[in-house]
Amino acid sequence: MSNREKVRFKVNGKTYETAVEPRTTLADCLRHDLKLTGTHVGCEHGVCGACTVIVDGLAARSCLIFAVQADGVEITTVEGLSEGDSLSPLQAAFRKHHALQCGFCTAGILMTAHSLLTEEPDADAGRIREVLSGNICRCTGYVQIVEALLDARAAYKMSREAER
Amino acid sequence: MKAPRFDYVRPDRLETAIAFLAEHGDEAQVIAGGQSLVPMLAFRLAAPRFLVDIGRIPGLRCFAIDADGIRLGALTRWRDIERNDELPRAHPLLVEATRHIAHYQIRNRGTVGGSLAHADPAAEMPGIVLTCEAEIVVAGRSGQRIVPACDFFTGALMTVLRPDELIVEVRLPRWRSGRRWAFREFARRSGDFALAGISVFYDIENGRALNAHIGAIGVAETPVRLPAAEAALNGKPITEPVIRAAGAAAFESVDPADDIHAPGDYRRALLRVLTERAVASAAGLALKGSA
Repeated sequence: MSNREKVRFKVNGKTYETAVEPRTTLADCLRHDLKLTGTHVGCEHGVCGACTVIVDGLAARSCLIFAVQADGVEITTVEGLSEGDSLSPLQAAFRKHHALQCGFCTAGILMTAHSLLTEEPDADAGRIREVLSGNICRCTGYVQIVEALLDARAAYKMSREAER
Repeated sequence: MKAPRFDYVRPDRLETAIAFLAEHGDEAQVIAGGQSLVPMLAFRLAAPRFLVDIGRIPGLRCFAIDADGIRLGALTRWRDIERNDELPRAHPLLVEATRHIAHYQIRNRGTVGGSLAHADPAAEMPGIVLTCEAEIVVAGRSGQRIVPACDFFTGALMTVLRPDELIVEVRLPRWRSGRRWAFREFARRSGDFALAGISVFYDIENGRALNAHIGAIGVAETPVRLPAAEAALNGKPITEPVIRAAGAAAFESVDPADDIHAPGDYRRALLRVLTERAVASAAGLALKGSA
């Protein structure tokens, strides 16, 4: 029946080429074909946010994109947040504020947070909470996650100023 | 779960997409941002043989603001509306309603045309186009036609779109300056589909409301206009009794069905409260006993 389609995209700066069934979600493609299992799959229908990745600079649910649609785009996954074994400032803030417990939702929350703070390094607690409503966490109650994001803003402001 | 099998085509021109739909329309499904369709596929509520990805057709992700109003290309994303500098003045109701659509990640990809074609009865954009008397421009094998929003929605997830047609543009009439307006909705969790929602606007002349437009979402099979609630405002200064009358008229105008999210009576009661709050907010009044 359905043929495999060739797709080619950049993930964390590296170009990948693979062939997928059209019905393969980007989330499954990342995990199964590219073996990038940092992206987690929760609900598979776009409500939990666990699979959030950054597509062409914007946070998106990778279970709501078919891999074939992503042909030619640039993707950042949680594996691309830090260089080597050192934590990024955002990840360090999560550790400092104990912003995770079981960790299943964390990859998605980090990617949402990275996208938000890159674009809006001045986001206030209200805006942060509003944006985090797209990521379900069943452990923490969100308080420390919000604190971690508030803390991480300084690093995003600095890197924005450094770019100027 | 996983989507059923389908074949994928990505036409790079509108004409190619329409030609494909003309040949395979009954078995083909158009995908743009995919933020409504992919969940439908994951639940296997849709099982098309072909998925026609119009996401890269040039010229459809654009908008123009001029003396006639606002034209939104079908591929305009919610984030494009949220982040535009002119729209808060050119159409504040549209911008406010857009902020209530789903979540951040969804607003980064979801499109205006996709929301209208999907036609969820609780979705914000169908309510806005209906309330604002927008026109929906659709293209098909026999050319373009313009469908008034009031004729577009025929039922839950159903529209007048023919199998060979797709939405190319939405035209919202010009927003008059000084207009009073409000948008209110209630969902149990932020970002969920609203249990009920209301959009309101009216103009003011000599201290009286006129040209009232009120539309509701989440309370019927399609978004609905509420002419009785509009009549309660027209010609009157907006006072608390007028606001209560509009709320009562909204309550009497709808008869929502019971479903797993809420009993019909609850949605109806909610609509009354939201109508009162929206009109009060538009008028800059605080109501007793309301937040």
